[in-house]
Order: sequence, then C-alpha cells, then structure tokens
Amino acid sequence: MDNTAQEKIINILREKFEGDILQIENPYNFLTITVKKDKIVELIQYLYNHAETQFQYLTDLCGIHFPDQNQIAVSYQLHSLVNNYRIRIKIFLSADHPVTPTLIPVFAGANWMERETYDFYGVIFEGHPNLKRILNVEDMIIFPLRKEYPLEDQVREDKKDYMFGR
Amino acid sequence: MANEEIIINNKATEITEESRYTTLNLGPTHPATHGIFQNVLTMDGEKIISSEPTIGYIHRAFEKLAERRPFYQVTPLTDRLNYCSSPINNIGWHMTVEKLIAAEIPKRVEYLRVIIMELARISDHIICNTVIGVDTGALTGFVYLFQFRELIYEIYEEVCGARLTTNIGRIGGFERDFSPIAWQKLDKFLKEFPPALKEFEELLMRNRIFMDRTTNVGGITAEKALNYSFSGPNLRAAGVDYDVRVMNPYSSYEDFDFIIPVGTNGDVYDRFMVRQQEMWESLKIIEQAIKNLPQGPFHADVPDFYLPPKQEVYNNMEALIYHFKIVMGETDVPIGEVYHAVEGGNGELGYYLISDGGRTPFRLHFRRPCFIYYQAYPEMIQGSNISDAILTMSSMNVIAGELDA
Repeated sequence: MDNTAQEKIINILREKFEGDILQIENPYNFLTITVKKDKIVELIQYLYNHAETQFQYLTDLCGIHFPDQNQIAVSYQLHSLVNNYRIRIKIFLSADHPVTPTLIPVFAGANWMERETYDFYGVIFEGHPNLKRILNVEDMIIFPLRKEYPLEDQVREDKKDYMFGR
Repeated sequence: MANEEIIINNKATEITEESRYTTLNLGPTHPATHGIFQNVLTMDGEKIISSEPTIGYIHRAFEKLAERRPFYQVTPLTDRLNYCSSPINNIGWHMTVEKLIAAEIPKRVEYLRVIIMELARISDHIICNTVIGVDTGALTGFVYLFQFRELIYEIYEEVCGARLTTNIGRIGGFERDFSPIAWQKLDKFLKEFPPALKEFEELLMRNRIFMDRTTNVGGITAEKALNYSFSGPNLRAAGVDYDVRVMNPYSSYEDFDFIIPVGTNGDVYDRFMVRQQEMWESLKIIEQAIKNLPQGPFHADVPDFYLPPKQEVYNNMEALIYHFKIVMGETDVPIGEVYHAVEGGNGELGYYLISDGGRTPFRLHFRRPCFIYYQAYPEMIQGSNISDAILTMSSMNVIAGELDA
C-alpha cells in the first residue's frame, strides 16, 4: 500500500473519528491504527461501508498480552479486496477485566476468531451468541496464552535472558 | 390419583416437533470425516436440522510453544499445521522472518521456492479431489493419483530429506541446492503426472453419477463466503477471484503467467473443478520456473540466521561463532510487527509475528484458513442429508492439524 492510499484512509478516519484515534503507525508498510475501545465496532462498520475504503474482508482477529502494562490488545486485520488495502486496528483492554463488543454483526467470520481469543486470553466479547472455549477443554480455568502461564518449568535457569547477555 | 397419572403419561408420549428429532454423533473418530473432529447433528429422519461442531481434539498449543522457541525452531511446528502441504507452511514462515530481518533473497531461491510450493499445492489438491471421489464411491482415482503424490514426496526427500513433515529450507534459502537427482525426479513427475491427471479428470468431470452427487450440494454464495472470511479454492469456487499470489505477490510470483480459476455456485462440484484447474496452473508455473531459473546462490547472505557449512564451522572461527549463536538462539532480531500471508493449499495462510527483540517471538499467531471457514459448515449442511454433509466436508478440505493448531 503506497503513501497516498494510507493518507487517504487516515483522512477518511479522521473525518469521523478524530478524537478516538490514539496512535498511527506503519510497521513494515502495514498501516496500524490504535483506537479507543468503545468505538471499535462503529469504526469497522464505517470502514466497511465507506465507498472509498470498502474493508469488507476480515483477515484476522487475535489477542496479545502485554504483562508489563497489564493490558490485552485485540488486533483486527481488515482487507479491502477491491482496492487491495490492508489495515490493522488495535484496541487495548485492561487485563483484569477485558470486555469489548462483538464484531459478529459486521463479519460472521468473527465468531470463531472471537471464541479463540476468549479461549486463550479471556477477552469477553459482549453480545457474542456462543462465547465458550473452542480449542481447549471446557473445564479449563486459566487462559493459557497469557504470559503469566509459563510453558516450561520456572526453576530452569539456563534459558533466562541474562544467560544470553540480555 | 389414577387420573393424574394417566394425564402425565399422556404428556410424556405426546409427539412434539422436537421429540421426533434424533441426535447423532458424527465423529470424533469416523472414517468419513478424514480427521478428528466431532459434529453433533440433530436429525429429522435423513434431514439435518442443525449441527454443533466441536473442535480442538488435536490442539497442540503451537502459538504458546512458539513463544519459547528461537525462530528457526518454529519451522517444525508449522509443518504440522496443514500436513498435506507442509512445505508451503515452512516457506511461509521463513519468508515472515526474512521480512522481519529485511533479508535480501536471491532470485534463484525464490524460483526454487515457487517450484516446491506449487508441488505442495498439487499434492494438497490431489488428496482433496481424490477423496471427494472416494466419498462419492469412486476409489479408483484415489489409488491411482496417490502414486504421483509419492513422486512429489520423493522430490521433497531429495531436497530436504523428509517426506511428510518436511522442515524444508532455512531462514534465507535452502540448506542445499537441488541435486541432479532432484531435477531428474522433477522431470519424471512433470512427464508422468499430466496424462494421469487427465485420465482422472475424464473419470469424474463429466461422470453422470459424480455430477449428480456434487452439483448444488453444500453451496455457498459469494457474499456469505466473504462474510465468513473464506479464502483459497473455497472462496474462488463461490466466484471471488482472491488469490494471495496475485493480490500481494511474494517470492517472485509476479514473474509467472497463470490464471486464477473461479467457480459460480460455490458447491462441491465447483470446488472440485477449481482445485482441478489449479493443479494445471501449478504445473504451468513449475514449468515456467524451471525454464527461467536464474543462476546464483541457493541462500541469502544472512550469517546471523543461516547456518554456515559444517566444514567451515570446524575450520573457521567466525563460522563457529555464528553456528553457536544460531543454535543457541542468541541472534539479535529487530523489534517489530510483521504480517505475511501466503496462498496455502486451503487459502490465505498468514503469520502474524510480534518480536520484542528477544530470542523468541513475543507473539505468533497463525491465520489458519481451515479454522476460519469451517465455522460456516453448520450453515452449509443445514437441510441436507448426511451423505451430502460428508461430501461437503471433504470438498472443503478441512485438515484437522490446521484447524486445531
């Protein structure tokens, strides 16, 4: 995606969501926009309907845990098949009580992706019709992809970062 | 008292809409599902009223495992996603890391990768299409075309030493150049496969029984398919010409001349035909790649990631240092956030990698096409009967490894 297209998308978003955009980045030429969490569905719906963007394909939806900030990010990746634009939209939720509205009214395909995010990070998608675990067993009580659940034995010292000069 | 009892009994035997329904467990282990996943079907006689899929039986926590592994050790995990076309998964992962470290890849490597990836696509489609044949009652095509999948596996074996879970290539290129035997085997495959594929097509394509069983079965409209984030042959069968190879070319796909076959109804027959046509296109791409193969090195110059030759390690101090750094996973990686997508056997296979500069990925998410389009399955089989449901599943090419990660 070239710079003019990115400028265009940012301007389209600024028109309506000026106060809600927290950060605009462009890592590895992939437009990434961080927005306030309460406007997420409205914003995606707007990008979906707008004649010049037409982000009508949900590529990916996943969670990311940042233990230092005690936050969980939900990353939405949209693709405009007409214009071949890709965009990543991120929201940050508190890790203690991550709640965000569901995206199913816009994309039916968000159903299982949201269930997966709930399964691994405990993000509660309000309005989801069937929010239960999908890959893990149902009686599991933890959310395994959060960083506080270590993969290996914590008494092991030989793989700590300082062993590698970090 | 007696009266009351009679009334209660009457209530119990009263036939309601729901009490006519039968609950049927299709799976978790059922020979016709070709993988371990369960569907709890509510049936009215032969008709499927609703179904509730349960997945995750072979969930192996790859995303969590990847957070403890240096980058080069993630490759064997990707093997086990879609194990019918593991080279695509491997190479997709290598390209993601190369994007992160901004490595410059020689043209020859990209062409060799294209050859391997298209072979993998053919072997993936061979499995899917012949299995559709099996599910409609034609075992011949399955047994017949599998000997050509074997030829593809022999080529993998010659290139990387493994057959199914290939771990092919390295970050930066290939571990060795294709040997003369590999080229011979490739030639043999290219000579023997097209006539057999033609025969297979003639067996099924215009076969009355096959067409009756597959047309207008398990269809999905283009709007629905897009809304469910379908990708790959299943989306193209519905009539949307979205192919990552063309939309966002990677690994020099822009150099090749090929068409994207699309269907109209998105039913089982269209999906079969799209895959069938894609095999011909893949053969075309392989032939072009061999014809225009550039000379040059078979790996990029990325000493921080690409293992030096063993002889160098024993005789050269710098090589030994690099070898040690790579094996211990001590290489410095840039901080960054990368998404890279390749066209896998089933559709857009994406790698969303977040690196915090540590020895392992901070977060790695696989966009698995199977997982995303399988959620439309209950809707697609609603109102049909079991034999059509089985056919719908096999034509969608649901691979349990990719579904469950």
